[in-house]
Amino acid sequence: MSDQYILELKNITKKFPGVKALDNVNFQLKAGEIHALMGENGAGKSTFIKVITGVHQPNEGEIYLNGEKIEINDPNDSKALGIAAIYQHATSYPHLSVTENIFMGHEKIDSRTKRIMWGDMHQAAAKHLQELGADFDPRRRMSTLSVAQQQIVEIAKAISTKAEIIIMDEPTASLTKTESEDLYIITEKLQKIGTSIIFISHRFEDMYRLADRVTVLRDSKYIGTWGVNEVSNKDLIKAMVGREINQLFPKTEKEIGKEIMRVENLSRKGYFKDISFALNEGEILAVTGLVGAGRTELCESLFGIKEYDSGIIYFENKEVEIKEVEDAMNLGIGYLPEDRQEQGLILDWELDKNISLSALDKISNRGWIDRKKEKNMAKRLAEKVNVKARSIFNLASQLSGGNQQKIVVAKLLTSDLKVIILDEPTKGVDVGAKSAIFEIMSDLAAQGYAIIMVSSEMPEVLGMGDRILVMRNGEITAEMDVEEADQEKILEAAMKAEK
Amino acid sequence: MENKLEKGLTFNRKIKAEKEFNLKDFFLQWEWLLLLIFIAIHIMNSQLSPYYLNTYTLLDATMTFLDKAFIALSMTFVIIFGDIDISVGSTVALSSVIMAVLYNAGLSMPLAIIVCLLVGITAGFINGILIVKFKELSAVIVTLSTMILYRGIAYIILEDQAAGGFPMWFNFLGWGYIKNLIPVILIAFSVAAVIFYLLLHKTTFGRKIYAIGNNDIASLFSGVKVDKIKLIVFTLNGFMAALAALFLTSKMGSTRPNIASGYELDVIAMVVLGGVSTSGGKGRMIGVLLSIFIIGYLRYGLGLVNVPSQVILIIIGALLIISVLVSNLLYGNKSE
Repeated sequence: MSDQYILELKNITKKFPGVKALDNVNFQLKAGEIHALMGENGAGKSTFIKVITGVHQPNEGEIYLNGEKIEINDPNDSKALGIAAIYQHATSYPHLSVTENIFMGHEKIDSRTKRIMWGDMHQAAAKHLQELGADFDPRRRMSTLSVAQQQIVEIAKAISTKAEIIIMDEPTASLTKTESEDLYIITEKLQKIGTSIIFISHRFEDMYRLADRVTVLRDSKYIGTWGVNEVSNKDLIKAMVGREINQLFPKTEKEIGKEIMRVENLSRKGYFKDISFALNEGEILAVTGLVGAGRTELCESLFGIKEYDSGIIYFENKEVEIKEVEDAMNLGIGYLPEDRQEQGLILDWELDKNISLSALDKISNRGWIDRKKEKNMAKRLAEKVNVKARSIFNLASQLSGGNQQKIVVAKLLTSDLKVIILDEPTKGVDVGAKSAIFEIMSDLAAQGYAIIMVSSEMPEVLGMGDRILVMRNGEITAEMDVEEADQEKILEAAMKAEK
Repeated sequence: MENKLEKGLTFNRKIKAEKEFNLKDFFLQWEWLLLLIFIAIHIMNSQLSPYYLNTYTLLDATMTFLDKAFIALSMTFVIIFGDIDISVGSTVALSSVIMAVLYNAGLSMPLAIIVCLLVGITAGFINGILIVKFKELSAVIVTLSTMILYRGIAYIILEDQAAGGFPMWFNFLGWGYIKNLIPVILIAFSVAAVIFYLLLHKTTFGRKIYAIGNNDIASLFSGVKVDKIKLIVFTLNGFMAALAALFLTSKMGSTRPNIASGYELDVIAMVVLGGVSTSGGKGRMIGVLLSIFIIGYLRYGLGLVNVPSQVILIIIGALLIISVLVSNLLYGNKSE
């Protein structure tokens, strides 16, 4: 690693109508380093990345590449300068082959006949993949790959364009532990061949494992840059949140009450099989396992999104059927979906209409909507969940990710719930909001609500759960009280080798 | 009413619940532009023909185009879903032909009319079921297939003949007047338009239609019965096609298997010009109503001065392209 800066941004300010998304931000990337960029949601990381990749142009400030002042006017400019970005959700062509994805825009073409040299391209693609330790066939369709594999393809694409600076935007957010481990190794390989990397993540483990230095943004401002080894976890959190967080998992003393829900031998062909468990009032049941173990599918069936094939559900000791969402809602089951934007909100709609959508019968009279009731309900709930918005007529798309999430929570509050299902409630959420979510969860449990929390994050499973269910391949492989649980036991149950 | 869940939460945030009136937003609505076009067409028409601008002509003219306008009302719902139904022309033909054949076979006219409506409902229901049950098939593909299918059945039933001879009172639907002034079809359409307006803009049913058109997954997670509502709307579209068949058959006096061919495109043009986006979730009934009368009076006026129908088609096509372009440029990001 040399001390020369390959990329330097000075006093970058970017204004959008009404807001400063970046306020005088500085950033220096050394050649060959892995530089973590951290900050809460809405701190300005995404905008900052978009300035580097040329999606946005800064209003003020200067950008230097290898000491030379440059301007990046559009994404093609940044590509030409050797800057590539890899996003959490790969922005690929799902119906084309891996090779086509890697060489999109710079295909190998025979100079004489102008034909695409497929053989050469497949070979080169295979070689790139091999360098990255991946062994899948480059002829495969992109959509048949896992998220982790798709990311590898994106990285291979960056290599094939000879990118010198690679930006990774929350690459580990939807990866399992082993997949993350593979990604670390790949990232280190990239570093070895001289690539400089900007790595954005909410996970401290990512940063400690990979990064040489870390830069923190908060409220659109530059807070500081430190060597990873010089800064304590606590100070870093303080830099990101602006205050100290004493306890990430605020578990309160509480009584676990009587059984509210019991599931016996619930099955849905191809997704989960013979699931049995009981859920008590005031209890947080953590459901964990690898991505694809059938956890989300199970929750979707409990909420009536996809019907189960067989099995019995008892609710308050009565046998019930949950065939559609309305059945679940009538029982008092609420669901916070994993993908807030896609599953939780209508982004083009105002906040009032978003909030009332799951409670239309409460704001209507024989099917006629009462706008006054609707507005009052929306205003009350939006204030309750502390949404940062001026008016209930703001569009959901105008809010930041964290505030959008609050609107989804406000939707849950429209009905009288007994059981709350939270699917990866902290996914893509910054550390400050995380502790707020956990606090609310603890409060709710203490008030007697039963909570099912799906999570892949080991610390929060162990920190928040009262009981833990581990799923693998659609079956429950272990059930344990939190006192007897530890990371090894859970991992073993989650990954048990198949016979 | 606060519920138990809410009580634990207390923040002191104040969020506005009063809408601020914004003059610019108010006048930037698509409907104002449609209103201008509407007025411009009447000015043009009255310049073209001295007989145009009087109450009788204006009222009579509605008889020439309001039959298909019934379908535009329900098609608005379909297009707000982001779907489309191109089988409506064939549904008109099928229900009309079956009605005529049954009447000629001895069924009483009121019963034949009921059967006609039932045929429309069934045709729409079949579209709906196929679209809801086979998610991998798009509405275009499903209704393209049934468009061919329904028309094919109409041809098998009647071959290439005409059937008619309806009782005198049946003509009243297409040609009758109330108080010797207002066409029956205009009254019927006005009633239907009010009902559809209220359904779309004032009821939870309409709200759910917009919700599905914007994001069907989020709608499902919010407890909206997406499949049921889609099924209802497609069935309704079939019913409205049968209703249009009644008025059209009455107007024509007889029917043929090729009746109402190309109807689907006229109907879709009315809806799209009305500001309903084919990508779903946007559009208002007022716009569709204005656009129905714009296209109708434009055709009527140009027809009065013997502009060939091919030229009229070119003009309507151009109007449609321009309006879609303008609405994309001006209102690309506006909801509803």
